[in-house]
Amino acid sequence: MFELLIDYGPRLLDGAFMTLQLTFLSVLIAATLSLPLAIVRHSGNRIWRAPIRLYISFFRGTPLLAQLFLVYYGSGQFRPELQELGLWWFFRDPFYCALLTFSLNSAAYQIEILRGGLQAVPYGEVEAGIAIGLPRSLLYRKIILPHTYRIAFPALGNEIILMLKGGAIASVITVLDLMGHTRRVFSQTFDISVYFWAALLYLVITCAFVLVWRQGERYLTRHMRRSTHQSSPTPASVPTAEKKPTPAIAAEKMEQPTHAS
Amino acid sequence: MEWFNYLSFGAQGWGDELLSGLAITLALALVTLPLGLMIGMTTAAASVSEHKLPRSAAFTFTTTIRGIPELLTLFMIYHGVGLLINKTLKWFDPQAAFFEFSPFVAGTVALALVFGGYSGEVLRGAWQALDKGQKEAAQAIGMSRLQVFRRIELPQIFRLALPGLGNLWINLLKDTALVSVIALNDLMRMANIAVGATKKPFLFFLTVCLTYWLICIFFEWCIARLENRANRGIRAA
Repeated sequence: MFELLIDYGPRLLDGAFMTLQLTFLSVLIAATLSLPLAIVRHSGNRIWRAPIRLYISFFRGTPLLAQLFLVYYGSGQFRPELQELGLWWFFRDPFYCALLTFSLNSAAYQIEILRGGLQAVPYGEVEAGIAIGLPRSLLYRKIILPHTYRIAFPALGNEIILMLKGGAIASVITVLDLMGHTRRVFSQTFDISVYFWAALLYLVITCAFVLVWRQGERYLTRHMRRSTHQSSPTPASVPTAEKKPTPAIAAEKMEQPTHAS
Repeated sequence: MEWFNYLSFGAQGWGDELLSGLAITLALALVTLPLGLMIGMTTAAASVSEHKLPRSAAFTFTTTIRGIPELLTLFMIYHGVGLLINKTLKWFDPQAAFFEFSPFVAGTVALALVFGGYSGEVLRGAWQALDKGQKEAAQAIGMSRLQVFRRIELPQIFRLALPGLGNLWINLLKDTALVSVIALNDLMRMANIAVGATKKPFLFFLTVCLTYWLICIFFEWCIARLENRANRGIRAA
């Protein structure tokens, strides 16, 4: 079981790197795509909303594998046209096709998540912003979007994990990600343990990501915690004498919003 | 119009082949559902247990199954269990012929495990959301544990878990496409075969996408009706 790791470990790590690359690139592209679309989906006019709804419904209602085949193999049917347009290099490459499909797919899910966030923004704050004369761009930047992303943050983390796992099907169109390398090693060695190592790697990646994301969530909601020092355990290395004055200040600071509301 | 010829039924078109694939896809999902629900219910029961061992076992199971890709689970079951069966057979009888592990069974088991892992969490949430007083009242009038579960808890768990289970069912339908990779002749693989013969990938994969889309829309509608029915006695907040 461990000999396999010595022989093929580097290849699995290569694959894991590819998986990470594919996941985060597609999630990033999807994130930039989904924000404007979510705003239109939430508050745009009806003519624009319908196609976005159709797009979301299609990408959420069909298997990712079918979408991937549609883009990667399906584009082959239009090869002469694509070559004429000078786009064939893109559709010929399985990595680019996977990237395109995953981005479109993830964007569909992210739009719905962001829409939920947009709907949950307290309207009084938006009205207050309008009342003090904030222009629309500032209103979004200072009031609406911080709320939206704070609310949507946990769901976005779930979506990234789903993408990470769903990304394994890129191996079916010969992308050598973690799953792709795993399958290749298995077909060479017929050793089941490679699957366990791959599972372990996937688990490590997801767990690490969950921990990082939770820290991000803590950071985003830091103003909502009652006292920053009560909820977080004091690190043993920090001398208590230095630490002492801070809780009082923090408590004083935190009290103000409670009075206001 | 040439496109319609490809999808027609009979010897010329691929309509009947695709339909047979669709039947396998639906059969797979329908066989997996009760199995997955049983696994999920067991997991949920273990995770609300008073003892530590079943709780940590359930936690390990749900975390693992939700942390690794469905495709990997499928390969682990298909190749892993297949190899295990063969090794055991060889151990009992060295002359035994090679046993071919059915992709349908492997697909069912793998998808049921995935469904079980996710639904375990959904059902646990529903279980913990139940009104405790009702259980105590039922115990007070002398119901046995099984009676409390069957008459008080289960009907309400079903109602509370329905939205989550509905999502999982849609996911399950979509995940069945993965079994085409281990050569089960489902809708996805039939399309693959058709593409190999006709060289019209876009047409067939688009057809497959639209079919899945229709199925999902249909079941979403069913789930919405089920939810309405399950909540008929509940005052809306």
